Amino acid sequence: MSNVTKVQKEKNEGTAVPKVNKKETKKAENSVINVNDLNLWYGSNQALYEISMDIPEERVTAIIGPSGCGKSTFLKTLNRMVEMVPIVKTSGSINYRGNDIFSNKYKKEYLRTKVGMVFQKPNPFPKSVYDNVAYGPRVHGIKKKEVLDQIVEKSLKDAAIWDEVKDRLHENAYGLSGGQQQRVCIARALAVEPDVILMDEPTSALDPISTAKVEELVQELKEKYSIVIVTHNMQQAARISDKTAFFLSGELIEFAETDDLFQNPQDKRTEDYITGRFG
Amino acid sequence: MLGQNENGVKKRMESRVMLNKVMMVLFFLATTVGLIFLGLLFYRVLTQGIGYLSWDYIRSFPAPYPDKAGIWAGLIGSIMLMAIVAVFSVIIGVSTAIYLEKYASKNKFTDFIRINIQNLAGVPSIVFGLLGLTFFVYMFQFGYTLMAGGLTMALLVLPVIVVAAQEALRSVPSEIEQASYGMGASKWQTIARVTLPAAIPGILTGTIIALSRAIGETAPLIIVGAATAIYTLPDSVLAKYTVMPIQIYNWTGRPQEEWQYVAGAGIIVLLAILLLMNSIAVLIRNKFSRRL
Amino acid sequence: MDNSLRSEGNQLNVQQMIEERKQKKSIGERIEKIVPWFLLLCASVSVLTTVGILFTLLRESIGFFSNVSIFEFYTGTSWSPWSGHYGVAPLIGGTLLITVIATIVAVPLGLMSAIFLSEYASDKVRRTIKPVLEVLAGIPTVVYGYFALTFITPMFQAIIPDLGIFNALSAGFVVGIMIIPMVASLSEDAMNSVPNALREGALGLGATKLEVVFKVVLPAAFSGIVASVVLAISRAIGETMIVTIAAGATPNLTMDATQSVQTMTAFIVQAATGDTTFGSTIYYSLYAVGMTLFVFTLVMNLIAQYISRKFKEDY
Repeated sequence: MSNVTKVQKEKNEGTAVPKVNKKETKKAENSVINVNDLNLWYGSNQALYEISMDIPEERVTAIIGPSGCGKSTFLKTLNRMVEMVPIVKTSGSINYRGNDIFSNKYKKEYLRTKVGMVFQKPNPFPKSVYDNVAYGPRVHGIKKKEVLDQIVEKSLKDAAIWDEVKDRLHENAYGLSGGQQQRVCIARALAVEPDVILMDEPTSALDPISTAKVEELVQELKEKYSIVIVTHNMQQAARISDKTAFFLSGELIEFAETDDLFQNPQDKRTEDYITGRFG
Repeated sequence: MLGQNENGVKKRMESRVMLNKVMMVLFFLATTVGLIFLGLLFYRVLTQGIGYLSWDYIRSFPAPYPDKAGIWAGLIGSIMLMAIVAVFSVIIGVSTAIYLEKYASKNKFTDFIRINIQNLAGVPSIVFGLLGLTFFVYMFQFGYTLMAGGLTMALLVLPVIVVAAQEALRSVPSEIEQASYGMGASKWQTIARVTLPAAIPGILTGTIIALSRAIGETAPLIIVGAATAIYTLPDSVLAKYTVMPIQIYNWTGRPQEEWQYVAGAGIIVLLAILLLMNSIAVLIRNKFSRRL
Repeated sequence: MDNSLRSEGNQLNVQQMIEERKQKKSIGERIEKIVPWFLLLCASVSVLTTVGILFTLLRESIGFFSNVSIFEFYTGTSWSPWSGHYGVAPLIGGTLLITVIATIVAVPLGLMSAIFLSEYASDKVRRTIKPVLEVLAGIPTVVYGYFALTFITPMFQAIIPDLGIFNALSAGFVVGIMIIPMVASLSEDAMNSVPNALREGALGLGATKLEVVFKVVLPAAFSGIVASVVLAISRAIGETMIVTIAAGATPNLTMDATQSVQTMTAFIVQAATGDTTFGSTIYYSLYAVGMTLFVFTLVMNLIAQYISRKFKEDY
């Protein structure tokens, strides 16, 4: 089930932006989330227009685009976090493994255990590392100490930070470095064993070495999880993703295999963006 | 114009600069007036009261003779009263703050609650005494007991606690609440497990400051019948009681000079407790403001 | 690696556990529904308090006015309830006298302190003096009463020999000292929120700091300053213990500060500590006086809020 921990770790000492080997996964492409004709409004301002795309299973999907293009909004719609802003309205449909996520019967709390999230800035709770990772399971009613111990250890191992924090599990997570905090946040998201992990520019607040570690981690995680990552960094998208979607002004311009999108963009606007002519 | 009478301008300039300096000294002196009276007050209380302050004084009940009288009944009464005030005002105040910050939509009704709280803070404390007299003493038939006094004071400090708790809740970064929602936690789970724990230092500081106001209040308790002569400690919330300020008030009003010293000693105890409470509040604030 | 194997063996499947516990979650869902109602209930306590205050003041005042005519109450000039005279004017007069003295003490001192702290003092000095000044606001009023009676009155008696032990002057003076921090602190906030660019503009033209204060800062912060003064006056009107202890209990329609007066608040204390029987006219008079006091402070507070709301629009 989990060979994530067995994956050898490449040490990238010294290099500022190390290259991560992308493992080619030749799986039959199943989709885990299907988005159909999604429109989204903040009050009377429309932020997303007629988005339709399928998020593939156990692969990394990157979303790129200039700031304000709606890529973060789109990501947050996938687990309904966007509704934290009360004036948001949507139309169209999103199905997670065949379940309409906007349906009244499908609880957003339950959706979020399946579709987890990692945020832009590391945002650990002002609690111990252990309590941070155990938070999700506890919220969902898991109280047995032995079980929690196992979950915490496994999640921290999967997030490749166990060795760094195993001796300070009961210290406040605020004492860790930014990069370590972010990986604890990833471990926290992994603790409920979600199916999909949404990452909202998870490395934008990190230094290059921490960034490299997180990128490497993303590669390992896709063995088990479907990952959607928003990034403002095109190189990052090219390095770590299997598929890439390009958003512009709330529209999905192009969605293709990453290599195809970067080497052979079909749309003029995509080409302009990836060649740095705007944005 | 300037060139015509450069000397005149210079002279006027000098006098303007001079006036500025004189006024600055005046402003400074005005500022020190308040501080001087604060110093005088402390000096006066200390010199008058210290002679009567002793362990016996602290452990003694009121007595008809100055050298036998003590603050014990008032001290314990004040502590018990504060316990009741704390329980009710914190539960109701923090709940109100959570409702206003997290649940209420911004509409006319919540505006009304907000303005209402602001106005309650400006109502003279003695009017709260009248409220307590009608409702707690007579209507609910608690009589002149700890419970009536405690509830009255809880309502009195409620606005302070609501405002402090609102501020504490607002200062919790929304990122960590987002993280909780992102894990599939519900709204109340997020508030109870993430927001409130992070807001506790602020709430605690506000509560201590509110209680330090309550522990010095006298007027409303006179109205709801805190007694002046109590020879046994209250054994339940429905017992008669007295508090330190009432004792001090009672002693101050007596004609013989010795009673002023007894009152002075009581004030020292009261101020010492206030100092202690405020130091704890400052400590909590300093300890936790570093973290977030 | 051993560990990952072990978890494999134990079938650690978190999602499955969550699924199982979801069945029990109906309790959690019920809590989720009940909590907002409980919180709303608590929030309504503050509204009920206001309603309760209005209700009790009105009801008992109506009881009072069925015994004593409202006309006599507000136009009579003699207050001696124990002999049946219920003209509230002496109590209002006493309250106003104390308030005027307190205002004369507190407003100039408070404003000058605010000017010093906001415009002249260095950051370090301000951060030291302001909290100390605010200690004044935290001293229990009974302590101020004691201070007024045992220290300020003897001090004034040295200057004015025929000053009585109980007099309006000492009480008003000490109430003034008590409200200094209120004036100083709120006015300083108002002055601080005047944009620095305005000051720099005037300083750049060669104005002295003093001229900047009077021509730029004070006019710009005017409404904030007025609001702080109004709030402080409202506080002085409602002050109870200082006047009860130091101003005496003589309902006295006078503007002579050396005499003993009784304020509205002091009467309420006096009547409540005496053997006032529930339901007697004196008992009801507590509320009629309380009602009058409440209206006075409410009006002041509303004025202060109105001014500071307008003030916010300025910037």
